[in-house]
Amino acid sequence: MTDPEIYRYTRESGDFSRLLQSIPYATFIGLECDQFGDDLIFRLPKKEENLGNPILPAIHGGVIGGFMELSAAIYLMMSQDSMRMPRIVDFSLDYLRAGLNRETYAECRLTRQGNRVANVMVTAWQKSRSQPIATARAHFLMED
Amino acid sequence: MNDAIRLNRVTRFIDTLKQAQELGLSVIEAREGSLTLCLPYSDRIIGNPDTGVIHGGAITTLMDTASGSVILCALDDFELCPTLDLRVDYMRPAEPHKPVYARAETYKVTRNIIFTRCEAYQKGGETIANCVGTFMRIGKEASPKHYRDLITGGGE
Repeated sequence: MTDPEIYRYTRESGDFSRLLQSIPYATFIGLECDQFGDDLIFRLPKKEENLGNPILPAIHGGVIGGFMELSAAIYLMMSQDSMRMPRIVDFSLDYLRAGLNRETYAECRLTRQGNRVANVMVTAWQKSRSQPIATARAHFLMED
Repeated sequence: MNDAIRLNRVTRFIDTLKQAQELGLSVIEAREGSLTLCLPYSDRIIGNPDTGVIHGGAITTLMDTASGSVILCALDDFELCPTLDLRVDYMRPAEPHKPVYARAETYKVTRNIIFTRCEAYQKGGETIANCVGTFMRIGKEASPKHYRDLITGGGE
């Protein structure tokens, strides 16, 4: 994670594959990230192993949480020019709709950047951005 | 209903959750309104390769599963209750190469909502994370009978 070479490569190329490969949990759930200009869109491709409720079937709520949490951390790291993964302090997650067994997207917004703590908002959706499946707020501790 | 039935129901329920299987979650103890699950350490869920500390997302899934499954220990009939929200406070990183446990309880059950709290910890260690959650009751008819029978062992 702190490998400066990978960090520099990601920043210069906009290709997140090497960075994500260096984080086992990102590979575990299958998280991907695409850069459009300055914006980052995080993606969680459809994956059987991520399912919880077998009846719908639906993605496990914890996986949706982990996806949004890791997206927020990577987003913050890139927007900070920091090579350190920020440490999460708390995470508050509202589930709005069932996350069905299909690709899921997330985008993040920096709500407030203090000297020591940052507040990040995350929205996750599937079919339409106007119908989010979950929203989350996270606080991170910025370490120097 | 006794604790053996509770343990069997939760075990069968968790067996149907693919992500819980993927993480290797197991049931340690089930009592009336309380439940303890175990998340084994694995290299695959590391969040920080430099330290080997597992990612918060795996802890979130552990606590979401414990909080959602403890409902089976509080209600006589099996009801699938979707999560409304979860709030997780991270106290300290989990020590690598050790399992993480989550002990959840239902502290209020109403007609529409179930309120839970959950603590993640390691043996002999301090609290890793705390979590409170709310779950919505949509009624037992909302899940198909064959699934309810699978979980309850067909009228056990």
